[in-house]
Amino acid sequence: MERTTIDLWFGAFVLAGFAALLVLALKVGNLGQERATSIYRVEARFDNIGGLKVRAPVRSSGVLVGRVAEISFDNERFQASVILALDSRYGFPKDTSASILTSGLLGESYIGLDAGGDEKKLADGDRISLTQSAVVLERLIGQFLFSQGQENGAKK
Amino acid sequence: MLERARRSLARIGHNFIENVWRVGAMARFFVMVLAASGTSVRRFRLVMREVYFTGVQSLIIIIVSGLFIGMVLGLQGFETLQKYGAQESIGVLVALSLVRELGPVVSALLFASRAGSAITAEIGLMKATEQLTAMDMMAVSPMARVIAPRFWAGVISMPLLAAMFSAMGVFGGYLVGVVLIGVDNGAFWSQMQAAVDFRYDVMNGVIKSFVFGIAVTVIATFEGFDAPPTAEGVSGATTRTVVSSALAILALDLVLTASLLRGDH
Repeated sequence: MERTTIDLWFGAFVLAGFAALLVLALKVGNLGQERATSIYRVEARFDNIGGLKVRAPVRSSGVLVGRVAEISFDNERFQASVILALDSRYGFPKDTSASILTSGLLGESYIGLDAGGDEKKLADGDRISLTQSAVVLERLIGQFLFSQGQENGAKK
Repeated sequence: MLERARRSLARIGHNFIENVWRVGAMARFFVMVLAASGTSVRRFRLVMREVYFTGVQSLIIIIVSGLFIGMVLGLQGFETLQKYGAQESIGVLVALSLVRELGPVVSALLFASRAGSAITAEIGLMKATEQLTAMDMMAVSPMARVIAPRFWAGVISMPLLAAMFSAMGVFGGYLVGVVLIGVDNGAFWSQMQAAVDFRYDVMNGVIKSFVFGIAVTVIATFEGFDAPPTAEGVSGATTRTVVSSALAILALDLVLTASLLRGDH
């Protein structure tokens, strides 16, 4: 088959295009990050999840150990049910507590895990019973103002 | 007085009907191009030749504009983010705005004015000099031999050009943010990777540019095919290609963004 310059240009063009896509996928996007090869799922119930979103990080001591897989509303207990997909390289004691935290003052919400002292480990399908809800700034301000008002009232 | 009002009303109506006719004719033309695409697959070299003329020759303008847009985004973003002490998020700002919107849209606009206008002028001139009629006389379908390869070349080139545009733009943002201003290199990339999702951001951009590629090339080939066979007619058709491509790109972008964007992302 005869070769022409057009073939060369076409090949180079398509290669450059796919190279750009690859850069976008691996360097710019999240495809290059190591995916947890095997995960186990545990549930945690919160009274208020604030701004937590699906795929938000789950951290323990600041290290990424998993991601939020699912968020739903439990209509019997009137609580938010959050499914965490944890990397099976990391095991946590059964009495581990989960709290919803915010990175920085206005940053994204994430779940922080604090390991307990139990000898048994959390397994797939378990529930984390010790949870702490998200701090809602408006409520905090409201409580502060309310307690200020009470103090002032007591002084009079 | 009444006569003049009646006449201007008639002209508005005529323009409206003319445009509706064009939309219908363009849809029929699109189906005809698809039906005549067999030759483009069998003689793929025809498509490759057109990819060279539309895609490869648009590379310079795409790459340079991508770099500039990324650098401007970096500078402007830094100005604003600095006020909130969030200058590390500059990578997120540059990457998301390029991958989701600016990459597909701006590269499609550039493609329409660089390659679309050339396609229209070429086909219009072929028609004016009766080359298309001559082909028909020789039992060579101009639809299969001239139109379809140009259409497929545009559809292939557009997503690749948009990807190169976005990648160059991110590089431009990196140059300004990290090299020039001195934002931390690690934070720049890691925040970007945490925020840009491959499926919902990068692939949606690719889908967008794919649709824009179809729209631009259909408009460009149709306008050329439909141009009155005069110098004036060809120049008018070229102008119409650029104007209606730009409108089509922006309108389609709104529709696609609304349908592809998900609430939780």
